[in-house]
Amino acid sequence: MNVGQLIFSTTFLATVIRMTTPILFAGLAGLIASQAGVMNLAVESIMLTSALAGVLISAWTGSAWIGLLGAVLIGIGMGFIIAYTAFTLHADMVLNGVAFNLMMTGGTMFLMYVATGQKGTSTGVPSKVLPTVSIPLLRDIPYVGEVLSGHNVLTYIAMAFTVLMFYFLFKTKLGLRIRMVGENPAAAESVGINSKKIKYLAMCLSGMFAAFGGAYMSMAYMSWFQNNITAGRGFIGMAASALGGNMPLGTLMASLLFGVADAVANTISSLNLPSELVSMLPYVITIIGLVYYSIYLGRKKAPSAKAGKGAKKEEEKTA
Amino acid sequence: MKQEMIHRDPDDFPIGEEILRMSGITKVYGNGVLANENVNFSVKKGEIHAIMGENGAGKSTLMKILFGNEQPDRGEICFKGRTQTIESPKKAVELGIGMVYQHFNLAESLTVAENIVVGQEPGRGILFRQKSAYDAVEELARKYAFDIDPKSRVRDLSVGKKQKVEILKILYRNSELIILDEPTAVLTPQETEELFHQLLLLKQNGYTIIFISHKINEVKTICDRMTIIRAGKTRGTYEISELSANDISVLMVGRDVVQKIEKPAAKPGKTVLSARDLRYRNEHGAVMLDGVSFDLRQGEILGVAGVEGSGQRELAEAVSGMLRPEGGAVYLDGREITGKTPGEVRALGFSHIHEDRMTYGVAKNVSITENLIANRCASPELGGKAFFDGKKTSALAQKLVEEYQIVCKTPSVPAGMLSGGNIQKVVVAREMSVEPQVLLANQPTRGIDVGAVEFIHERLIRDSREKGCAVLLISSDLNEVLEMSDSLLVMYKGHISGYFADVSALTEQELGLYMLGLKRQSEQELKEALHEKV
Repeated sequence: MNVGQLIFSTTFLATVIRMTTPILFAGLAGLIASQAGVMNLAVESIMLTSALAGVLISAWTGSAWIGLLGAVLIGIGMGFIIAYTAFTLHADMVLNGVAFNLMMTGGTMFLMYVATGQKGTSTGVPSKVLPTVSIPLLRDIPYVGEVLSGHNVLTYIAMAFTVLMFYFLFKTKLGLRIRMVGENPAAAESVGINSKKIKYLAMCLSGMFAAFGGAYMSMAYMSWFQNNITAGRGFIGMAASALGGNMPLGTLMASLLFGVADAVANTISSLNLPSELVSMLPYVITIIGLVYYSIYLGRKKAPSAKAGKGAKKEEEKTA
Repeated sequence: MKQEMIHRDPDDFPIGEEILRMSGITKVYGNGVLANENVNFSVKKGEIHAIMGENGAGKSTLMKILFGNEQPDRGEICFKGRTQTIESPKKAVELGIGMVYQHFNLAESLTVAENIVVGQEPGRGILFRQKSAYDAVEELARKYAFDIDPKSRVRDLSVGKKQKVEILKILYRNSELIILDEPTAVLTPQETEELFHQLLLLKQNGYTIIFISHKINEVKTICDRMTIIRAGKTRGTYEISELSANDISVLMVGRDVVQKIEKPAAKPGKTVLSARDLRYRNEHGAVMLDGVSFDLRQGEILGVAGVEGSGQRELAEAVSGMLRPEGGAVYLDGREITGKTPGEVRALGFSHIHEDRMTYGVAKNVSITENLIANRCASPELGGKAFFDGKKTSALAQKLVEEYQIVCKTPSVPAGMLSGGNIQKVVVAREMSVEPQVLLANQPTRGIDVGAVEFIHERLIRDSREKGCAVLLISSDLNEVLEMSDSLLVMYKGHISGYFADVSALTEQELGLYMLGLKRQSEQELKEALHEKV
């Protein structure tokens, strides 16, 4: 089979969608935080923690859905804790996020060992898997049906969230307030909006989306937890939201791009290429994408660059 | 629910009645500055009331107190017949007071309508109805003749339009008292005219407007009454029609206490710094330098006076290399330095005491020693090519700390730990100890204690008289420019409106007329500021 055949095969395209799902969740997590003017660097660790939580809770309760619920609640809780340390205790958000990521890399391993006595993977734990959905009518369309139908329920939830996110941001009062706070908290405060509250909310929502992404990794993409199961997808998701201009459609497109890169890496590893080289691909694309994006943005902003500089000066002054 | 709570009818209070009274307002800031002292001020409903005063007179503080940004130490605010405590801007908005700051509070990437309605969005339940927002804003804009598209993004608007968005924001919240803080400072003449038309329309509709300004012509054009504040105290409220422009200028500009500074007569030498026809527009397109030319000679102190924002800052940055003028040239000791970097200009014997000492003067977290040597890092007396000689640097620092009377435990503490006066002494020590040919001192004594002020004045006079240093002294402290300068330039709207070869012959009344643009010297008279042909 040559590369062309590979790329347009239904299995390849279905793989793209499978690979895109967790990145899209992480992207939404990055998006909502950024819209409120907050940088949630801890998406990766929230995903990782929720991935473990989903496995453990579903194993204990025997229900995949309760597992998912638990994972999501833990994600929201982590978002809240980070918000509390940053906005109430005034800890530095970047250092905070890095600390969370480092802590949970080891922390999830430790917790898994404490809870199950296993190291490395949780294959011995009777955890549940979320169901796949076969969509009537769609599944009967040749080619398209094979690509789009039969994915895990979380994949469709991710798509639905993307659409809902658009409506939330642009068609609700709360969405407008989030955007206002994200862009100019002083302006929001001047009309009586509590920007701290809005930022807390955004962090909790961010934690929720990240948790869905984590649950997808351990309860759909795989059926167990293993060390570093997210493998940087939280960071790639943040890159996706940045690349997508923190807009729902843009984030979806950027996530698809990274999904393709992942799928290509997956697929061509069957060809005789060094797998280490291939696994670099998504990250190389991330860097190229971000550089392109900043150059593109730089050009777009060029005419008003001077004004921007002035505005920045003002910001520094008020800070 | 909240919307209903705030909603009120602007007609429920009779026109001409006293809508606001601030009595006995006193405010002392933490650093001991007495910003307002027993200020009494009242506004009638339906009038445009000007608050006039120089920069630092206390206008802004009074308005901050009214809008809830600051709390008065003493005094009472009575709004619509009721005594109020305004603890936050939010409370002010709820009472029906709105304020347009000089720096706008807008989210650039959102639309005009979104910026206006946020916080009180139209729509049922949690939903936000964009269309109702557009309609509401459009109706409001039409009513008061604001030419603005509610759908456009704020970042695409001109400064004048952004200001309109701010005013609409206030109108949308049903405020009836609108404070405008120097609204015309950022506007073109056409935009100013348009704004005035709209303000008069608002007045006809029963709104009350407080108009902060130091531009006499504008105040005479649209205001009904005015209150003059000088040095933190109100100097009276007048009907505009009762005062001439000259009367206003005398009331606004003046010194309460004249502090004499003794200095030997200057013996000016050759010209060392020349500016010729400097032109510059800022990022908003406003003309900040409009053909500025002058010569500065050895051994003289040339003062630059003017209402703040008349181009002094741009002038300082243009001669020091921090900003590249659009036209004109600067010469230092006969060599053109236009377009050179600050480092290159300094290497030719130029020192600069920047007006903003915390941003451009010192690095707060860095030691006094390191701040003191920042302008001579490459100097061979401090060590070899790559390394500092610790002994030499600390010896130098110790010497400067003693010579300039910088009060500190040791020169190795961070500069940010010092008091304002001592920080300024660090800057002055660094800039003067290299024995520059030209010293640009921009607001060298603003906001520091009397002892430090006296010390810095003494040093400036000594260096100019004994070492022949040429000093360009920019200051908004009237006492300072009048007492320190040998000769004086007055700036107004980016050009030089007057040059006085002998400051001792100049009265403050006369100076006020030039500062406020009521008088301007002819081209011929201004040629006197040029001692040399270039």
